[in-house]
Amino acid sequence: MSGKLKGQEAYQRNYMLRRKKIQVTRILLFVVFLMIWQSASDLGWIDSFIFSSPTELVGTFFDMYHHHDLMRHIGVTLLETLASFALVGVVTVLVSVLLWSFPAVSEILEPCLVILNALPKSALAPLLIVWLGANQRTIILAGMSVAVFGSIMNLSQGFGEVSKDKMKLIYTLGGNRRQVLTKVVLPASVPYLISILKVDIGLCLVGVVIGEFIGAREGLGYLIIYSSQVFKLSWLLLSIVLLCIMAMVLYQLICLVQKRKK
Amino acid sequence: MQPLLEVEDVSFSYHSMSGETPVLSHVSFKIEEGEFVAVVGPSGCGKSTILNLISGLIKPESGEIRLNQQQVEQGALQVGYMLQKDHLFEWRTIYENVILGLEIQKKLTPRRLERVKEMLVQYGLSAFEKARPSQLSGGMRQRAALIRTLALDPSLLLLDEPFSALDYQTRLSVADDIGKILKKEKKTALLVTHDISEAISMADRVYVLSRRPTSVRSAIDIQLDIPDRTPLAARNAPGFKYYFNLIWKELCDERET
Repeated sequence: MSGKLKGQEAYQRNYMLRRKKIQVTRILLFVVFLMIWQSASDLGWIDSFIFSSPTELVGTFFDMYHHHDLMRHIGVTLLETLASFALVGVVTVLVSVLLWSFPAVSEILEPCLVILNALPKSALAPLLIVWLGANQRTIILAGMSVAVFGSIMNLSQGFGEVSKDKMKLIYTLGGNRRQVLTKVVLPASVPYLISILKVDIGLCLVGVVIGEFIGAREGLGYLIIYSSQVFKLSWLLLSIVLLCIMAMVLYQLICLVQKRKK
Repeated sequence: MQPLLEVEDVSFSYHSMSGETPVLSHVSFKIEEGEFVAVVGPSGCGKSTILNLISGLIKPESGEIRLNQQQVEQGALQVGYMLQKDHLFEWRTIYENVILGLEIQKKLTPRRLERVKEMLVQYGLSAFEKARPSQLSGGMRQRAALIRTLALDPSLLLLDEPFSALDYQTRLSVADDIGKILKKEKKTALLVTHDISEAISMADRVYVLSRRPTSVRSAIDIQLDIPDRTPLAARNAPGFKYYFNLIWKELCDERET
């Protein structure tokens, strides 16, 4: 008994140790990267005007925070991303349900979906701006356009993979096709939907930034284009770093929702 | 008295682009109220097709199926159907799973729910009402699936190899369980199986099917003269072996002709 317990304890200790090592190594790697960057710039190995440096970025952050409305730019991009993400979720479920309900329509439209999904969405953004004007609605739409077609395809495929026997069960219990949808297809596809949404949050951010590149006066995408045109490369790098952080935080949020669901 | 179920001269084919596959050809048989009937046949002979027809999921191309003298229609509600797997939904608790049929037919009346509670207690699942299907053993899952079917109080129960997904030992005890439950609830049942022993141990009458296109080859009344016949006890009855050889021979002859 005690031997067994010891084995279990040892296993747990080993596991935790390994986790810790990985965490520490990650942080160490990050610190070393920052140090090399900093010293390379201080010692003149790289041109600090083009490559900036960690300390300069921190300075830039506070400068922009106080004098250039940085929080507004972050907030705008964040809101546009969340809005397009929410809309993608709703549209994906609605359209997938419609396609499932009308298999003939789904078959007819399949090539359209495949083409729209494969199309580089950055090609659509200029068109959207001409059609709908340079406003937030257009940017949210640009964000959606990157994610929505692939999501519909994936969720529809998920619907299609629900076992035929489970659907048959509903019919044997006297149910109709609508009940097959609500009692089996939808609940069985929840894990699918969540993993689709995990990818979507990043894709929406991509689409929003593309939209901001060409049709915005605010947001991180606008900052990137503006700073590259006036050659404020520390602004540009800071915007990229902020986008990295935003992508990470948004992704972790979805993971948190997924865990709570379980 | 009129039989509960009459299958009369039923034929059915499956269609695909590569051609027509005749599955059933002039199948006829009857089931009286309270009987337990088994259907055995070579694999792929369309046993499940017969059940799908009786439950009204598909329509015969010719012939008639009557339940209580009424022609079976799409989604016939008097028929309970147990599939090969239990198909309990992991996103529902056991209780939510067993009331699924009632929920679908909007029959969540206090009287029926009371009945479900009773069955859960009687068949040893009341402690697991809030459990998820994955926490139950194969036998318990199959019992839960049976309660889900019985909750709708069907006048005829169709069993489509309901034990085939279980390991042998569980299979024997679950078959025994379910046999006892059905007898206690006085249900009329039609079991489809390829397992000859299972058919003899549970059924009052066994229909042997021919190869595709399938028709009924013979009907064998099982009379095991033992008191308190249960599926497990039946396997030890003196007459068991005789029936086994009889059906075995029927199936072998079928293969040779």
